[in-house]
Amino acid sequence: MTEPALLSVEAVAVDLPTPRGNLRAVDRVDLSIGAGRTLGIVGESGCGKTMLSRAILQLLPKKAKLSGRVMFDGQDLVRLDPEALRKLRGRSLAVVFQDPMTSLNPVLTIGTQLIETLQEHLELDGPAARIRSAELLAAVGIPAPEQRLAQYPHQLSGGMRQRVAIAVALSCEPKLLIADEPTTALDVTIQAQILDLLAREQRRRHMAMILITHDLGVVAGRADEVAVMYAGRVVEQAPTSALFKNMHMPYTEALLAAIPKIDAAPHTPLPAISGRPPDPTRPMEGCSFSPRCRHAAGQCYREKPALVAAETLDHRFACFHPIQLAAGACA
Amino acid sequence: MATLDLGIDEVAAVAPVARSRRLGLLFWGAVGWTIFILSAAALANVLPLPSPTDMDMLARRAPPSRLHWLGTDGLGRDELSRLLYGARVSLTVGLCAPVIGIAIGGALGLLAGYFRGRFEQLVVGSMDVLLAFPPLIFALAVTAYLGQSLLNLTCILGVLGIPAFMRVARAATLTLARREFVIAAQALGATHARILLRELLPNVFLPLLAFFLLGVAVIIVAEGALSFLGLGVPPPASSWGSMIGEGRESLEIAPRLAFIPAIAMFLTVLSFNLIGDTLRALTDPRQGML
Amino acid sequence: MLGFVARRLVYLLPVLVAVSLLTFLIASLLPGDLAYVILGDQATPDKVAALRHDMGLDEPIWWRYLSWLGHVLEGDFGRSFRTGQTVWQAVSERLPVSVELMLLAEIVGLAIGVPLAIACAVRSGGPFDRFMTGSAFGMLSLPTFLSAILLIYLFAVELRWLPATGYVPFAEDPLANLRFMVLPALTLALAEWPGIMRVLRSDMIATLQEDYIALARAKGLKASRILFVHALKPSSLTLITITGINIGRLIGGALIVETIFALPGIGRLLVGAIYTRDLIILQGVVLFVAGGFVLMNFIVDLLYAVLDPRIRHGHA
Repeated sequence: MTEPALLSVEAVAVDLPTPRGNLRAVDRVDLSIGAGRTLGIVGESGCGKTMLSRAILQLLPKKAKLSGRVMFDGQDLVRLDPEALRKLRGRSLAVVFQDPMTSLNPVLTIGTQLIETLQEHLELDGPAARIRSAELLAAVGIPAPEQRLAQYPHQLSGGMRQRVAIAVALSCEPKLLIADEPTTALDVTIQAQILDLLAREQRRRHMAMILITHDLGVVAGRADEVAVMYAGRVVEQAPTSALFKNMHMPYTEALLAAIPKIDAAPHTPLPAISGRPPDPTRPMEGCSFSPRCRHAAGQCYREKPALVAAETLDHRFACFHPIQLAAGACA
Repeated sequence: MATLDLGIDEVAAVAPVARSRRLGLLFWGAVGWTIFILSAAALANVLPLPSPTDMDMLARRAPPSRLHWLGTDGLGRDELSRLLYGARVSLTVGLCAPVIGIAIGGALGLLAGYFRGRFEQLVVGSMDVLLAFPPLIFALAVTAYLGQSLLNLTCILGVLGIPAFMRVARAATLTLARREFVIAAQALGATHARILLRELLPNVFLPLLAFFLLGVAVIIVAEGALSFLGLGVPPPASSWGSMIGEGRESLEIAPRLAFIPAIAMFLTVLSFNLIGDTLRALTDPRQGML
Repeated sequence: MLGFVARRLVYLLPVLVAVSLLTFLIASLLPGDLAYVILGDQATPDKVAALRHDMGLDEPIWWRYLSWLGHVLEGDFGRSFRTGQTVWQAVSERLPVSVELMLLAEIVGLAIGVPLAIACAVRSGGPFDRFMTGSAFGMLSLPTFLSAILLIYLFAVELRWLPATGYVPFAEDPLANLRFMVLPALTLALAEWPGIMRVLRSDMIATLQEDYIALARAKGLKASRILFVHALKPSSLTLITITGINIGRLIGGALIVETIFALPGIGRLLVGAIYTRDLIILQGVVLFVAGGFVLMNFIVDLLYAVLDPRIRHGHA
């Protein structure tokens, strides 16, 4: 990347005190994304990807402890005062949550939820905000936008609701949009539409986007760069095509293999990854993936592998026995 | 009237606030006071106290002294002794009346929640009608009909508590009746009676017990209010309520005459509430208040 | 919406009928032959029999109930044989007093309970929250008549700021009226605010954990807007229910306060009617009070539908 990154996450760690001990949800993650680019973050449930997004937004639960830096547009969000942070949120930094049924307020009209954001950040007056809201709804593909403004979230279908949530997020022309599993709660048929909508709006507004998902297939055609997370750490990171062509970390390989393929023979068993993600309250020595990894050997159980570069500098992985290289030799 | 409808939140979404086990100082303090006042009341006629009815007209409204530890009231009667004998009355009504409620209300609720259908609608509907009635009016009217006495008062207050116990029992039964162990028992061919007695009752018992203790607190207050107005226990028996009512006349000269029984009543009600609420929190973490 | 209202009304009617029946039965069961009571020492068997016939007391009970109910539906609640007033007159004299008391009590209770609930919900788990919740619990254990004594002692006896008893109608002298109403309303409010605070607090704590609050924060909205628009509105449903039920309960339950503070309200009217065996008044007023309570519940249901559009449209 030649231009300075829009968002730079540096050694961010999130600790949550629980009755059973300290839970390290995010373990010293480094990421960055440039303006207008798309970063996909992929991982199983519980790998820390949602916590990471909350950490970026500074919306962690009260008890959580955050360390590291989150540089956005030249400012460290961690140390920013609350009022300045509040002005940034919704304006330059926007988010779309997973389930629009719960992320939209059920007792407020759609119009209210759009207009309040516009009035807060862009200081539009009532009528202007209404017009703008209707335009936004039309832009995200909602028919009869004027009528929708007076409706409530439960009166729309799931796909429509998510479009509204996207409209809310885009309303103030943010520089960065974080989409946390935006299609997981939707029908499969709608998923592609929503993802296409996001991509289209992103291009139109030259907006950066972080796409968080558990499905590698979702990022395949839509992200410039992909980071794979496991147990709170980034275990592989590369430009998308490089990742799919030369994946190194066995976990990434397993993730890819777990996607059902349309041209596979009927009744082909789906290669699920055996075992379960580790208990984050019991940090283990060695690589977190080792109990489930086919290639695991001695060193894997004793040391945590660090992120090292592969063939190109922008492809990094954390593994002692990466694929496509002879066992025992590291790049 | 404070509450005869004990305000159980069947509908309200109570979030589980992170709460450490509160079997702490407050709880044991409440238990301690309860044991103390119960024993003191029970042993009242054994303890070396002056008689509560002996009037000493020369020492009316006397301050505390070696002879009268808490002083004397408006008619020269020993305040401490009256307090303990008053405790007897208040606690008797307080403990016995809810028994009626839990026995009848609990049974009705259990059956209504188990059998559902028309029977349940009938029970719930009639309870709703009973609840629409201002309880104090009901108590007054029936007292006028049956005459003022300790027994009548206890029965009326007991009956007024039936709807509340019914709701608790029914709510508990509704959640339990759909659980696997009930369905399993039915599949094994158990009779209704067996299921009700063996499976449901033991599980419904604990929430009912917690509610019982809260009911005791409410009844003590209710009896106190009625006696305060002179409409509760008839003289010469006196409860804390009537003592407070009498003490009201002397508020300007000797406020302690009203406040001593008031404090005793408050502590007792508070203790029962605490214990009941702790029990409620233990059986269903969502319902506790502290 | 209309269908919703209609459905609730249909449920209302059987309850009202049952209440009227219960009222009538209780009144009829009161001891003391009414005719004897009225005639007093002028009672002779002939006069008693004649009066009984005049008043229709020798008819069978179900007939008397139906004829009473018939009159009620026409708006004729009967006339007291003691005072000569119609029930309607007696009630309309006393009702404003009780209603004023109830409203003041509820308003003060809300004024104390709602801000405390919001403050506690925002600082949930902290020392302020724990202290306030404990105080609310303690307050609930303090019976109404005890708070009355306490307040009278403090403000009327010791400080001599406010009068202990008495009443002046609002129309006559608003300031004096309020002076007399402060202590009674405060007494009731002290019993109301803990319930209000507890319910609203737990509701808000639950609401504040919802995703839409997180999104509202992520949108950069002001904290005050998030609290009062996004969080309070969904939480207010239970609050409305409780308030409505409280007001309904207060209709009959303010009895103690009215007696202690000598306020000429409905409660005292009822007690008097029981003492003097004024059955007509008793029947009429109890029906009124119970009916008011049922009506209050009905209004609460309607408000519920207004506030939560999901209920209006048939979703849960």
